Amino acid sequence: MAEPIPANIVAQARGIVKSFGGEKPALGGVDLAVTPGKVTGLVGPDGAGKTTLIRILAGLMTPDAGEVSILGGSPAQRLDSIGYMPQRFGLYEDLTVRQNLLLYAELRGLPRDAQEAVFKRLLDFTDLARFQSRPAGKLSGGMKQKLGLACALVSTPPLLLLDEPGVGVDPISRRELWAMVAELTKEGIGVLWSTAYLDEAELCDSVYLLSEGELLFSGPPADLTGAIADRVISVTGFADRRRLALTKALDRDDVIDGTLQGRAIRLLIGEGHPVPDAAALDLGPDTKVAPTPARFEDGFIEKLGGGPEGTSKLAAAYREIPPSDAPAIEAKGLTRVFGAFTAAKDVSFTVPRGQAFGLLGPNGAGKSTTFKMLCGLLTPTSGTGSVAGFDLRRSAAQARSSLGYMAQKFSLYGDLSVGQNLDFFAGAYDLSGGDAREAIERVTQIFELEQHYKRNAGTLPLGFKQRLALACAVMHQPSVLFLDEPTSGVDPVMRREFWTHINGLVRRGVTVLVTTHFMDEAEYCDQVTLIYRSRQIASGPPDALKAQAGALTGAADPTMEDAFIALIDASDANRDEEAEAA
Amino acid sequence: MTEEALPVEAAKPQGSSRRRLLALMMKEYAQIRRDPSTFLIAFVMPLLLLFLFGYAVSLDPRATRIGLVVQDESAPAARLAEAFARSPYFSVTTLRSIAPARDLMVQDKVRGLVVIPADFGASVEKGRPQPIQIVTDGTQPNQATFIASYAEGVRTNWMISEMGMRGAPPPIDVSQRVWFNPGLQSRFFLVPGSIAIVMTMIGTLLTALVVAREWERGTMEALLATPVRMSEFIASKVLPYFLLGLASMALCTVLAITLFGLPFRGSVLALLAIASAFLMPALGLGLFISSATKNQFVASQAALFASFLPTFLLSGFIFEIASMPWPIQALTYAVPARYLIPALQTVFMAGDVWPIILPNIAIMLCFGMVFFFLCFRATRRSLDA
Repeated sequence: MAEPIPANIVAQARGIVKSFGGEKPALGGVDLAVTPGKVTGLVGPDGAGKTTLIRILAGLMTPDAGEVSILGGSPAQRLDSIGYMPQRFGLYEDLTVRQNLLLYAELRGLPRDAQEAVFKRLLDFTDLARFQSRPAGKLSGGMKQKLGLACALVSTPPLLLLDEPGVGVDPISRRELWAMVAELTKEGIGVLWSTAYLDEAELCDSVYLLSEGELLFSGPPADLTGAIADRVISVTGFADRRRLALTKALDRDDVIDGTLQGRAIRLLIGEGHPVPDAAALDLGPDTKVAPTPARFEDGFIEKLGGGPEGTSKLAAAYREIPPSDAPAIEAKGLTRVFGAFTAAKDVSFTVPRGQAFGLLGPNGAGKSTTFKMLCGLLTPTSGTGSVAGFDLRRSAAQARSSLGYMAQKFSLYGDLSVGQNLDFFAGAYDLSGGDAREAIERVTQIFELEQHYKRNAGTLPLGFKQRLALACAVMHQPSVLFLDEPTSGVDPVMRREFWTHINGLVRRGVTVLVTTHFMDEAEYCDQVTLIYRSRQIASGPPDALKAQAGALTGAADPTMEDAFIALIDASDANRDEEAEAA
Repeated sequence: MTEEALPVEAAKPQGSSRRRLLALMMKEYAQIRRDPSTFLIAFVMPLLLLFLFGYAVSLDPRATRIGLVVQDESAPAARLAEAFARSPYFSVTTLRSIAPARDLMVQDKVRGLVVIPADFGASVEKGRPQPIQIVTDGTQPNQATFIASYAEGVRTNWMISEMGMRGAPPPIDVSQRVWFNPGLQSRFFLVPGSIAIVMTMIGTLLTALVVAREWERGTMEALLATPVRMSEFIASKVLPYFLLGLASMALCTVLAITLFGLPFRGSVLALLAIASAFLMPALGLGLFISSATKNQFVASQAALFASFLPTFLLSGFIFEIASMPWPIQALTYAVPARYLIPALQTVFMAGDVWPIILPNIAIMLCFGMVFFFLCFRATRRSLDA
């Protein structure tokens, strides 16, 4: 007999196992409970099993083993009590905002006389009242997300399942969504919020941390961060040598993780080691060490057994890019118009040799468009650019051959083996014979691809796919590297590994242009530019942007995300003024 | 954001099957109205097909260009040449020798040659058989056959009239009557055939696409998380596209009668019954394909191969089934449109001949039941692969 379910639980899952026929089950015996009036976080990287678990709770999949109880019944018996927002929102793009709401209201049997009141409230709540008659397909990402939430809420269910509602949406919309969900929990709704953003985990009342189908942690997020609270330090005072400092720190035995934070570095000290002082770190005479609050991500890393070493094997085997005063990447007024839509407007920046430059912004802001113009994949409507000294309009082919490109999402040949992909890209980058063999051997060793050498690239675990993609992009040792969302969805240890390589390559003189929607990753860059609604709204070193945001809002120690939001607000206000003036 | 509380203890849901079905159908209607491709397939494509088959494509041989090489100066030869020139089936270029005629053939200026040899008149005088030579272009086998047989026909007619001139009674008097389509106009059977194509497109292709689209865009996932039942979902797809299919069929019929002067000798009721019976297997197949594939591209390819091509090739719409080799003939029995075409042709050209119509309707309904059974089996209320 199973134990009775406590009365204060909306949804409970015990020992859930689900396998799709792979080597590892998607879920290997997971327990979970959602309490009313609380936000329960389901946190983990892509492929951890979050979506599978949510689908099982929503009655869309049957577990191979284990039991699920929603308000004391099976999910199929409780469909009326479950509000579910799938990852892609489940909206009918041809239907208007109102028609979508009406459809879900009718399907969920919302009493007709209550409909008007509920719609009005939901539309006010989501601030969509003005767009009622707009087709859902014509809404922005943030607005779609809010409409998806509204559709899941039409019958005010006691259980609300949200599958990665925050992914790829701009930080402002994410914050608004959190505020809405907080409001809902006040009414007693139990919310399960799945996310790959670890900073969102800290906002949850309790968290289930999932990795490769296994629970690594469950409980209030403070329990996880509390355990490591006194082991996180911020180190400053080494001016421009921050990359070297991080490498040295990470190579120490007592440091299990470290990240760049503007001019500072954050270190996580391993359990059982004393926290080192400035002298012990040996990073220079002006070094200062201060404790700093632990983050959920630190806890995750510790659960995963710590991050990688600081020395990048890739960088160690890389050629030294000769110094030069000429800029490695230059964009001058790059503009691209698609029909009536301007995807990128007047984007200009210069990246000197041997720097990491970040393009930041939410999905659809124009990052990838800018990126593609600089790679010569899209012809700018106006403006010019150059890469490694080659003009994009006149010698796009030469420009392309001096850069390595890692596309957003997996863009290798999924039905070729790892080896065949490497062979192909060696050929595509003009390596032949001995050079090709040597390059392939080198990257195979660096990225530990031997074990998967004969496997089809499409079936690799996500982390290995990303490694293979990077391996293909760097085989010909280009002087400029373009990385489009290289760390999207991978676990934090893999993210560290990527940034270790990027750091190492930059120190070798490689120029790296990277796009990301993880705001904290901007801290690794020497300079960033924020792109929002097709325009560049701010540029500069991360610390300068944070300072700028601090001046705008008066906040003492803003994060990169705070800075982003403050700068977007300022830009929106500017735009409104411009619109009024016009 | 509102200060007002969102009550969790909201009024109890008042869901009912009828209400959900209605909501789903309203959604489908709104989508059909907003989606230009549905409109194109349902109303513009039928028009195109009708015009194509009604005006442009004709299987009737008319005024095929041939070269007539007259090497004989006699009166009978002149009369035969005259007969060719007057034939409505040929447009004749008369020549005196083979060489230029061969050039015309090579340059594709004529599609065939008829040679009246030098001793033609003499043979006629002596009562010997009168050989003429017919040269055709084997790269166009259909046309070659037409030319050969029509040229033969012209000669036979000529022979009969020659005999009459000599006072001898013609050997047999054949009086030809063609029933139902006295003019033997191909458009009369092509137009009902195009109705079959149109209903196949709407019933199978369009339905397959719209269901696959729900899977692809992730809306299916959201629907499945509501209390909707699978039967309600399927009904919400069947009914609107059933009506759309009938509407499109009606459009075709009205145009066929008013524009192309097609006779309509049966009753509207019979036509409606036949069309409805055919839409069952068409819709069932479309739904089955889309639930099995869940992907628009694969669904469209499968629909093309499983329904559109068989309807086109194996239904007797263009190619006569009786003249196919037996394995292919056997295959045609598995094509629902095979039973639609004779029923439709009967209603248009002959009238309400129920002994022909009813068995065909019954067979189509059986197919429909099989496909719907398969469809229910393939559609599970779950995302488990």
